[in-house]
Amino acid sequence: MIKIRNLTKYYKNIHALKGICLHVPEGELFAYLGPNGAGKTTTIRILTGLTQLSSGDAWLNGFHIHQHTLDAKRQCGLVPQSVNLDQELTVYENLDVHGRLFHMPSEKRKEKIHELLTYIDMEDRKDTPARQLSGGMKRRVMIARSLVHSPKVLFLDEPTVGLDAGIRRRIWALIKKIQQNGTTIFLTTHYIEEAEFLADRVAFLDEGKIVANDTPQKLMARLGEWAIDRIADNEMNTVYFETREAAGTYSPEQHESFTLRRVNLEDAFLSLTGKKVSGKAPGQKEKS
Amino acid sequence: MKGWSAVYYRELLILRRRLSRMLASMSVSPLLYLIAFGYAMGGHVRVEGYSYTEFLIPGLVAMSSMTQAFGIASEINISRFYWHIFEEFQAAPISNRAYVCGEVLAGMTRALIAVAVILTLGLFFGVFLSYTPLFWLAVLLNSFIFASLAVAVAMLVKSHADQAMVSNFIITPMAFLGGTFFPVERLPEWAQGILFLLPLTHAAKSVRAAAFGQTPSLFSYLLLFLAGCICFTIALRCVNRARD
Repeated sequence: MIKIRNLTKYYKNIHALKGICLHVPEGELFAYLGPNGAGKTTTIRILTGLTQLSSGDAWLNGFHIHQHTLDAKRQCGLVPQSVNLDQELTVYENLDVHGRLFHMPSEKRKEKIHELLTYIDMEDRKDTPARQLSGGMKRRVMIARSLVHSPKVLFLDEPTVGLDAGIRRRIWALIKKIQQNGTTIFLTTHYIEEAEFLADRVAFLDEGKIVANDTPQKLMARLGEWAIDRIADNEMNTVYFETREAAGTYSPEQHESFTLRRVNLEDAFLSLTGKKVSGKAPGQKEKS
Repeated sequence: MKGWSAVYYRELLILRRRLSRMLASMSVSPLLYLIAFGYAMGGHVRVEGYSYTEFLIPGLVAMSSMTQAFGIASEINISRFYWHIFEEFQAAPISNRAYVCGEVLAGMTRALIAVAVILTLGLFFGVFLSYTPLFWLAVLLNSFIFASLAVAVAMLVKSHADQAMVSNFIITPMAFLGGTFFPVERLPEWAQGILFLLPLTHAAKSVRAAAFGQTPSLFSYLLLFLAGCICFTIALRCVNRARD
C-alpha cells in the first residue's frame, strides 16, 4: 500500500531524511516512532504532497507520488499535527469543503458526512463553528474530515498530541475502528504507549534514518521481558531480564533504589539509539 | 481544473459569514473620501467638466476594486500561517491552477461587492453615472490583476510583516497616485511616464471614461488584460514556492 525507496530530504544544509526505505502492506497500522526532529513529519509531508522530496521514490496504492501526484493524493487522508480546521466554518462545512476538494458528488458527500458524524458521535454538533469545539472534538472532526473521501491510506501525524489521557484513549479507539474497516494507517507519535497499544508494526526513526522496523513485541523481546530501573548516585541505569524470575534474583547495591517493570518500546528505542523517544537518555544503559 | 469551485466555495462561506462586517468596513473609507474630498473640499471644484464627486467616484471604484481584490492576500496568509488551512488545499487532488482560480475569483468577488457599496454611496451623493458593460469590464480586469498579484504575494511572503510591507510600498502609493483623486495629466511629464506603467492608472481612466459615457481606450483594456495574465502566471508559479 505504501512503498518508499531511498527517500531523502534536504532543507538547505540540513539532511532531514537519509535514504528511508519502507513497505507498509494494506490494512496495517504502522507507527513511525522517533524524537522531535527525527524526520517523522517530513516523511508524512512528502507522502501527502505538502513537501517536495529531494530524491528517492514513493508509491501510495501503486501511484508514484511525484509522477502521478493527483492520483496519489486521492489515495490518502491526512490528519496533520496542528489543528487546521477552518475555525469560522461549522463542523459540517469543514467536512463539506473537504468532500468538494476531492470532487465528491453532492449526494454521496452528504451521505458520507452524515455517516462520519455519527461515527465520531458528533451528529449533534454539525452546525457548531469549529472554534467552539474542545481540543478532543477538533481532533475527532479532523479525523472524520480526512475520511470523507474514503481514503485507502490514512496519515495521522501525532494525532493525540496535547490531549488529556481520557480523550487520547477515545481517539485510539476511533483509530482502531478505522483500521478494522480496512484502512491502512500510518501513524507518527512520540507517545510510547500509543505505538504499543495501536501498532501492528513500528519503525524507529533517528536523525533521518530508520534504525529498526518490526512488530512492537519483537522489538521489545530483543531486550527481554522485564526491566529494573536502578537509581544510584543520581544516575539511572536499566537492567533487562528475560523472565520475572530472573529479575527476582537481582540484588541491589547499597543506597540504590530500584523499580521493576515490563520492558517497553522506549527501552527498545533507547538500546538502539542511546536516546529516549521523548529526549536524551538520562543515564547509561545496561543489558543483562 | 477540477477543484477550483471548492476553493471558491470555501471563500464564499467565509464571506457570507462576515458579510455585514465587511459591508460596514468597505463603506468607511469611500464614505470618508466622499465627505472630505468630494463634499467638503471639492464641493465647488470641477474636473474635466464634471463635479469633483462625479470625478471621484469612478476613481474610488478603481481604487477599491484594487485594494479589496488585493485583500485576499491577507486572508490567504491567515489561512497559511495561523490556521494552516493551506495544507488542506495542498493535500487535496487539485492543481495549482484550480487553487489560484478559486482564490482569484474570491478576490474578484470581494472587489465587486466593494464596487457595489461605492455605487450605492454615490447614489446618496446624487451621482448617477453610466455603468455600461465597458465599466464592469474595466472593474473585472482591474480586480483580476490585483487578486492574481495577491495570490502571488501571499505565496511568497514569509510573514504578515512582509505582507504589510508590500501593501505599504506598492498598493498604497498606487492608490493615491494612479488617477483616483486627480487627473494624472496634472503631474509633470516624467511622473506621468512612471504612472503610465501602473495598471491602476489605466483602470481608473477606463472606469472613468466608461462611467462618463465616453469611449475608453482599447489600449488600456489590452494592457490590463496582459497585466492580469502575467500576474496570474506568476501566481501559478508561486504556489509551488509555498511548499517547503
